[in-house]
Amino acid sequence: MPSGAWAPSPVELERRAYRRSRTARSAAVSAVSTVVVLGILAWLITHSEGWPRVQETFFSWDKAVHSFPAVLKGLWLNIRLMLICGVSILALGLTLAIMRTLRGPIFFPLRLLSTVYVDLFRGLPLLLLLLLLGLGVPALRLANVPTELAFWGAVAIVLSYSAYVAEVFRAGIESVHPSQRAASRALGLSNGQTLRHVVLPQAVRRVTPPLMNDFVSLQKDSGLIAVLGATDAIRAAQIETASDFNYTPYVVAGVLFLCLTIPMARLTDHVARKQGWHGAGGPL
Amino acid sequence: MTPRPAHEAPLLSVRGLRKSFGDAVVLDDVHLDVQPGECVVLIGASGSGKSTLLRCVNLLEQVDDGVITLAGRDITDPRVDADEVRARMGIVFQAYNLFPHLTVLDNVTLAPRRVHKVPRAEAESRALAMLERVGLADRARARPDDLSGGQQQRVAIARAMVNSPQLLLLDEVTSALDPELVGEVLDLLRDLREEGMTMILSTHEMGFARNVADTVCFLDGGRVLEQGPPSEVLGSPREPRTRQFLSRLVS
Repeated sequence: MPSGAWAPSPVELERRAYRRSRTARSAAVSAVSTVVVLGILAWLITHSEGWPRVQETFFSWDKAVHSFPAVLKGLWLNIRLMLICGVSILALGLTLAIMRTLRGPIFFPLRLLSTVYVDLFRGLPLLLLLLLLGLGVPALRLANVPTELAFWGAVAIVLSYSAYVAEVFRAGIESVHPSQRAASRALGLSNGQTLRHVVLPQAVRRVTPPLMNDFVSLQKDSGLIAVLGATDAIRAAQIETASDFNYTPYVVAGVLFLCLTIPMARLTDHVARKQGWHGAGGPL
Repeated sequence: MTPRPAHEAPLLSVRGLRKSFGDAVVLDDVHLDVQPGECVVLIGASGSGKSTLLRCVNLLEQVDDGVITLAGRDITDPRVDADEVRARMGIVFQAYNLFPHLTVLDNVTLAPRRVHKVPRAEAESRALAMLERVGLADRARARPDDLSGGQQQRVAIARAMVNSPQLLLLDEVTSALDPELVGEVLDLLRDLREEGMTMILSTHEMGFARNVADTVCFLDGGRVLEQGPPSEVLGSPREPRTRQFLSRLVS
């Protein structure tokens, strides 16, 4: 029988029908339970005693429309910050990770430097770094150094995040099986070439999902520069709020941040799925 | 479907099995009966469907058509609890697939303790007895990475056997081993065979197939092209394709 002529047997058709009915049933169960849970939550909130007041203070449509342009303008600073910081963090993080994985006594100073850097900037709270750099450095009145608040905010974010990202990269580099290094060195590639052509490509693939996770986190943390007074989305919302103590602009800023981070999170999922599992295990 | 004269009801029966991955039809209308205590050896070129057949029997793959029954029960029915079926079968993989984060002993006791709910002390004494059988009781506290390939494969066999399975599936268990280590694993399988373990194994070791098989099945292009006692299939094959395959192996 040529394979083209194959048609499912009655047994198989019945199995498929059963599987379809199970799938339909679980879809129905999840749909109903989602609607019920959300419905109960919505009812509880909108029927609470203070709801009318909360609605007026946080979810005022007029206030939202009124404050939207200013908050959006502030968001543009967050986006620029996020892109510039993102690239700098990746470059610096990768450099630190490579420095830390170098072997041989001659590289000891580099390893030490990288280790101290990571310990220091991963250990310090980001808020403290922001205040130290954003308020402290301009106060030194150094010549030829930018005094713009957003610049020092960005530096603080890069310092803190690169320390985290360096550790993610290092975990990726060390997860590549030693046999891969051995195979590459056996072909005559130098240590550096091995790193560049064999180890890093595998390491980067493997840590892409956690890196994307850090990037989503960066999008939100770029809002922390508001404490320095740079007019980002959060700061703009704060200014809008100050006139009448209506907090709706904060909610507007929150929704705008979600519009940035949710697509990023979906992209992360997509990349992780497409990439599949490239772990250390053997063939199935 | 040609009914074969059987003295007993087969332990495992495969009828019209079909499995494809995308456009590639890997198994095409496969029929196979395994009697209790029988040792069935699958031979055939790489890609002929041997591994996929074993994985289908273990329900690691969802079949596209056909029926597999174990002890009279249709295990391809989606209403059947696959975990419960697998708990009664053992499978050993070509690449051992031991859990590198567990000691040898923990590898062997994992299923008895978590699936079969055997108390720890009893599970460990059973596991040690099984490791004794495969000659590795002294390595119980070692990690898989510290063992040789042959030792790892014997641990994998112990891990499959400790649950007293009704059926043992072995997928090219010696392919990753050097000839000396092949010997230690094959000796172990021969012992299991003597004790009446029902086994289906795929192999490229024709000498071993001749030695232990009750039935040899030659798979080609996803179909069972020829099956029978080793003396027939390996000694005087009917099909030209079987002859061609065997002659290439010898030369």
